[in-house]
Amino acid sequence: MNNGTKAPACDKAVSGRRGFLAGLVGAGVLSLAPGVTLYRFAEANEAGAAVTSKVRWGMLIDASKCTPGCTECVTACNDEHGLSGTGRPKTDAQWIRKVDGKNKKTGKQWSLPVMCQHCAEPPCVDVCPTGASFKRADGIVLVDKHTCIGCRYCMMACPYKARSFVHEDLENQKPYSPRGKGTVESCTLCVHRVDAGRRPACVDACEAAGHGAMIFGDINDPDSAISKRLAAYPSMAIRADLGLDPGVRYQGI
Amino acid sequence: MVRWLLALTMIGVLSAAALVTVAQATDSQTVNSQTVNTQTVNSRVPIPFVPKGKGDVCVRDVAFMRANHMELLLHQRDATVHQGVRPKESRLNACLDCHAVAGKGGKPVSYKDPKHFCRACHDYAAVSIDCFACHNSAPTGAEVAGQ
Amino acid sequence: MARPGRYETLAMNGRRFWMILAAVGGLAGMGLLAAWTMEHRGHWITGMDNQIVWGMPHVFAVFLIVAASGALNVASMGSVFGRAAYKPLSRLSGLLAIALLAGGLCILVLDLGRPDRLIVAMTTYNFESVFAWNIFLYTGFIAVVGVYMWVQMTHKLRRFQGLAGTVALIWRLVLTTGTGLIFGMLVAREAYDAAVMAPLFIAMSLAFGTALFILVAVGLYGHAAADMIRRMGRLLGIFAAAVLYFTAAQHLTNLYAAEHAGVERFILADGGAITSLFWVGQVLLGGIVPLFLLFTGAQGSRRIMTACALVILGGFAQVYVIIIGGQAYPLEMFPGVAVSSTFFDGQIATYGPSIFEILLGLGGVAIAGLIALVGLRALPLLPAAAALTESTE
Repeated sequence: MNNGTKAPACDKAVSGRRGFLAGLVGAGVLSLAPGVTLYRFAEANEAGAAVTSKVRWGMLIDASKCTPGCTECVTACNDEHGLSGTGRPKTDAQWIRKVDGKNKKTGKQWSLPVMCQHCAEPPCVDVCPTGASFKRADGIVLVDKHTCIGCRYCMMACPYKARSFVHEDLENQKPYSPRGKGTVESCTLCVHRVDAGRRPACVDACEAAGHGAMIFGDINDPDSAISKRLAAYPSMAIRADLGLDPGVRYQGI
Repeated sequence: MVRWLLALTMIGVLSAAALVTVAQATDSQTVNSQTVNTQTVNSRVPIPFVPKGKGDVCVRDVAFMRANHMELLLHQRDATVHQGVRPKESRLNACLDCHAVAGKGGKPVSYKDPKHFCRACHDYAAVSIDCFACHNSAPTGAEVAGQ
Repeated sequence: MARPGRYETLAMNGRRFWMILAAVGGLAGMGLLAAWTMEHRGHWITGMDNQIVWGMPHVFAVFLIVAASGALNVASMGSVFGRAAYKPLSRLSGLLAIALLAGGLCILVLDLGRPDRLIVAMTTYNFESVFAWNIFLYTGFIAVVGVYMWVQMTHKLRRFQGLAGTVALIWRLVLTTGTGLIFGMLVAREAYDAAVMAPLFIAMSLAFGTALFILVAVGLYGHAAADMIRRMGRLLGIFAAAVLYFTAAQHLTNLYAAEHAGVERFILADGGAITSLFWVGQVLLGGIVPLFLLFTGAQGSRRIMTACALVILGGFAQVYVIIIGGQAYPLEMFPGVAVSSTFFDGQIATYGPSIFEILLGLGGVAIAGLIALVGLRALPLLPAAAALTESTE
């Protein structure tokens, strides 16, 4: 019924049925939705559950939304992980950095953040002699610093210069981001946050700053925001020719 | 041949000793090793003085912990790092929270201080651990257990 | 007249020996002190950083390991290829191989960020890593050559010499290939990622090892080894030519591909110190001049020794260009785009070795020297001087 004048008797019956149906749907949604949400949180928070390869975490960065000179993501990462630096830029760890590029022929300029690309076929994992550099089942590439001997071969092997070596004693590490002298480290995709159902610090900071250039999500899930965007607009991976299938993609370069 | 093999060994040992002495003397990062927390039993045998933790019980009983805490730590850390398994009570930070020892001004002491919980036994047994090269050895912002 | 099969320990005045041992030991001690300082204070005191992650210690280590494999060549020629003239020097060859490899290994281990985790490195393996294979290859090499020497020195086991020698030969070829593939398997870096690194390293090992062996032989035997030196000098010439050939193959094929033009321009033209080391050090002093010395004119001992020294110097320059030059050129993440960042993207990295790294490298050489000296003094490895000239064809 799309006009206001109805027969009173019909109206009452219809509205009664409608109300009942609406109530039913409402009750259904109300009972299912928390279950669905809680299930997601439970998957993220459930202690004792190992991560599986059902999920593959990825990031999509839109360079067109990324402003040259803005370093919100870098600051957020440094704060989150306690990367205070020592004033020695050549040896200080940088897990994420802003790269400013200018096409030599066309003059087009862009700016974007580069961090560990969390490849599906990581060369750093291949070359690590002790297996300290490893890929978790959900796609996050990490360094097991209990096993790392500090040989720096993974740093030679990374095509993205994502890894840093800790060159000095450290103090007051963040409790959720242990790091120490003599081991190699890189962006962990904020694994401590991801395991708690949150997003990496850089993504949150970019959104909070109003740019929204970074999207984080499960690229195995076709319904996630990141997958939809990847399907809708062209994207590329840095050094795609190497066939590493990175989890971090870029648009707008 | 035996003679100068012996001599070589002696040279090696002496140089190592010299190196270590020089190291200790010039070490700016030395953990304060002046006092080992001990109490004596029967006026003869020093035993470690282990500070009491928060609450009544640990996640496991004392006998188990004394014998197996290392195994727990090693096994659990591998599961956490490689599989993302993070049971709440098995976090290292949970251990540090309960077993924090108050130092000057009520702040929890770090591993550099001989009063640190882990040092109570590890100094006594002279078993060095390298957890706290990477991990923060004191809870950040947590309440400190009374001593 | 010495019996053909008789071997002796190092015949040197006791005091002189102890003084040399003390000097070499002192250098090794300084290397150890340098390594300890690096480990204790952290690698920030060195010249290595997040751009140039492998530096002088690795140059020394790779040179020693590559030379170790080549030093065994004399023994291989004696036992495997049936060249009787080289038979007397097999044991010395084996000892030198072990000594050089151990020295190189020591440098690598001492430069680790966590050398206290050596046990972890020796018990936890990722078998997809060529580094992990190399750990087996290096330690296995010491064992294999040890067995080889034991077989040679035990009368009853003489008949196994050929077998042991063959195993050692194959092992060292695999080892040298593995060392070359450390670099050859890195897809990320333009200067590496080439299969030709494997045969290049084999050629390098033969050249460096033979040059070092000749110098040691002259040091031990002086004039008595003149004939032996002459034959080995010819070999050295062939090996040095092989190194030049594979270097040429590597760079010419790289130059052909447009994508490698940048890194080739850096190494061959624009690289400053790297370019000088390549052309003057590696090609001229390490290749062309020794070839001229070894293939023209009367082959006197001094001429050959000069060629050896130049091959070693040039070899050092070559390893430096490979390791440092390969890292100095920035990663080409965005072809055709000029990039800049706070992490030195797009910039040619500079490297200046610190005293700690140089001492550590020299310390490794000294450790090799110590092992060689102790081995020569303790074990009958040296043929009588007459045996060298007797067996010359």
